[in-house]
Amino acid sequence: MAALLGPSGSGKSTLLTILGTLMKPTSGRYTMLGQDLVAADDCALTEFRNRHIGFVFQFHNLLPDFTALENVVFPTAVREGRETAQARARGRDLLVRMGLEARVDFPSANLSGGQKQRVAVARALMNRPELVLADEPTGNLDRDSAMQVMDLIAEINCEEGTTFLISTHDEKIAGLCRRQIVVGDGVVTG
Amino acid sequence: MLYGLKIATRYLTASKAQTALLVLGVAVGVFIFVFMSALIGGLAEFILSRTVGDIRHITIEADDPDPPVLIQRDGHVLAVIERGRTRTATLPDAATYLPLIEKVPGVVAVSPQIGGAGFLARGAQVAQVSVTGLEPGRESAILNLRGYIVEGSERLGSGVVVLGETLADDLSLKLGQTLRLQSSIGASAVLAVGGIYSTGNGMIDASSVYVSLPTARTLFALPQGVTRIEIKLSDLNAADATARRIAALTGLDAVPWTEGAEQLMEALNAQAQTGYFLKTFALITIVIGVASALLLSTYRRRPEIGIMRAMGAGRGFVIFVFVTQGALVGLLGGLSGAALGYLALLPFPSRDAFEAGTLPMDITQGSYGLAITLTVIGAVLASILPARSAARVDPVTAIGQ
Ligand SMILES: Nc1ncnc2c1ncn2[C@@H]1O[C@H](COP(=O)(O)OP(=O)(O)O)[C@@H](O)[C@H]1O
Ligand SMILES: [Mg+2]
Repeated sequence: MAALLGPSGSGKSTLLTILGTLMKPTSGRYTMLGQDLVAADDCALTEFRNRHIGFVFQFHNLLPDFTALENVVFPTAVREGRETAQARARGRDLLVRMGLEARVDFPSANLSGGQKQRVAVARALMNRPELVLADEPTGNLDRDSAMQVMDLIAEINCEEGTTFLISTHDEKIAGLCRRQIVVGDGVVTG
Repeated sequence: MLYGLKIATRYLTASKAQTALLVLGVAVGVFIFVFMSALIGGLAEFILSRTVGDIRHITIEADDPDPPVLIQRDGHVLAVIERGRTRTATLPDAATYLPLIEKVPGVVAVSPQIGGAGFLARGAQVAQVSVTGLEPGRESAILNLRGYIVEGSERLGSGVVVLGETLADDLSLKLGQTLRLQSSIGASAVLAVGGIYSTGNGMIDASSVYVSLPTARTLFALPQGVTRIEIKLSDLNAADATARRIAALTGLDAVPWTEGAEQLMEALNAQAQTGYFLKTFALITIVIGVASALLLSTYRRRPEIGIMRAMGAGRGFVIFVFVTQGALVGLLGGLSGAALGYLALLPFPSRDAFEAGTLPMDITQGSYGLAITLTVIGAVLASILPARSAARVDPVTAIGQ
């Protein structure tokens, strides 16, 4: 569990999108799990993202016309071509873990901000990725909701060993992480 | 791709009012398509039935060989024999050909006839008429005499004549009254009016009379053979090909109705072209409507498309979702438009019962299947552009990080 710390505009999001294979760096190399992700084509990157990387964004996180469960199941369903009972069961478990038992079949547009971010965390975990990239996941939340989300992330990190890279400009949030990486002006400074 | 279908239907049901409007727009286009098809088809049918359709499709008439001309070696014409006005050429072997012609595919009815000119006399009044002898019991084989009868019956027994309303009025003839029919070769018969018809065709109503074939034999002194064979087909448009076939089979000069009807064909063609034109516009409207609605939708859903791409949805999946939306809209609009068109055509009189003053709509020519198929294809094509632009959405900018 690592924090990416730095002021606004310092390049945190940029780094995360590159690490998430959504953007290619103008120079340099990026390999993960032995795969060269700079040379890979769109198809291979899509597949790689689906299996190995989970995302939690700051805004526009969920598909508003789908329920909480349907959102969580998406990464598996899009790969398998349908929503299997197995996938639904796992999605439900994840939502229960996020304390959203009562919101499983809720339209995601009707959830509160904190609930949405917890659904997003559940979805990021759906395909058991090695790495979850969270770009200011608590940026839009009040203190209580933010802490609740961070506690859940810490718990998953502890129990399942999933790596979380969380960008934030909040020292307190960063303090919850084992490692802090500081960026400034597009350069890792510490 | 079941999952893509789920996403597509959810997108359509998520904004119900917008989808309903879009489907309605497509349905209106399809409605116009169906309505135009029924109108153009019905109109063509109507015009053909009022001109040639319900008369004959193929006619075999005896070759009336040009009278021989005697020419001297230096080219001087020595003698010309005038064509006999009273004698008509005959088809002496008609009886042997009839069963052959009946077996030709597409032939619905074959009617051997004896035709000629004559005078109808009732007291002091005389009218020049064209006499046709028809086989008793098959009077309506070509011209639907039964359907046109306004008084009496079309049955042609011996001693019976059936004539048109105009002619009956001209001669003040009533049903059952007798008259004298004299043929152009001088034979005559006393006949009773068995039926009066009204076809709506001035010529036929004013100057045609029908008698039985045996009566005509007497009148025109033709103990055997006929002067004309009229043939009706199941498909009006197959007349040329069938005529060639009959000619090859029998060696007789079979003439399709299209011969000498070039102007009519041209008019019908022009009418059909107008129909295609309007139908094409209806389809173009559908395509533009679907394309613009979906393009708007892809723009509105950019962040979601970005999320889906980040979650591992490939470009193909995004394209599938949007093309499926187009196909669904086309299918729904096509089905409802065709159903609306069918319902709107129901109140119009059927093909056999065109009434003056109404549009000759033909509900059977609505091209429903074609309308639906073309609409689905059009909608799918229309969704390709929006779908491609959706697939090209850059997840990073779309998610707005
Ligand atoms: N290493 C870099 N090289 C070039 N441009 C960068 C670099 N890092 C950041 N930027 C630019 O800086 C701007 C802000 O970066 P961003 O990642 O949004 O910062 P943050 O998320 O920390 O607020 C972006 O327009 C980005 O293109
Ligand atoms: Mg940022």
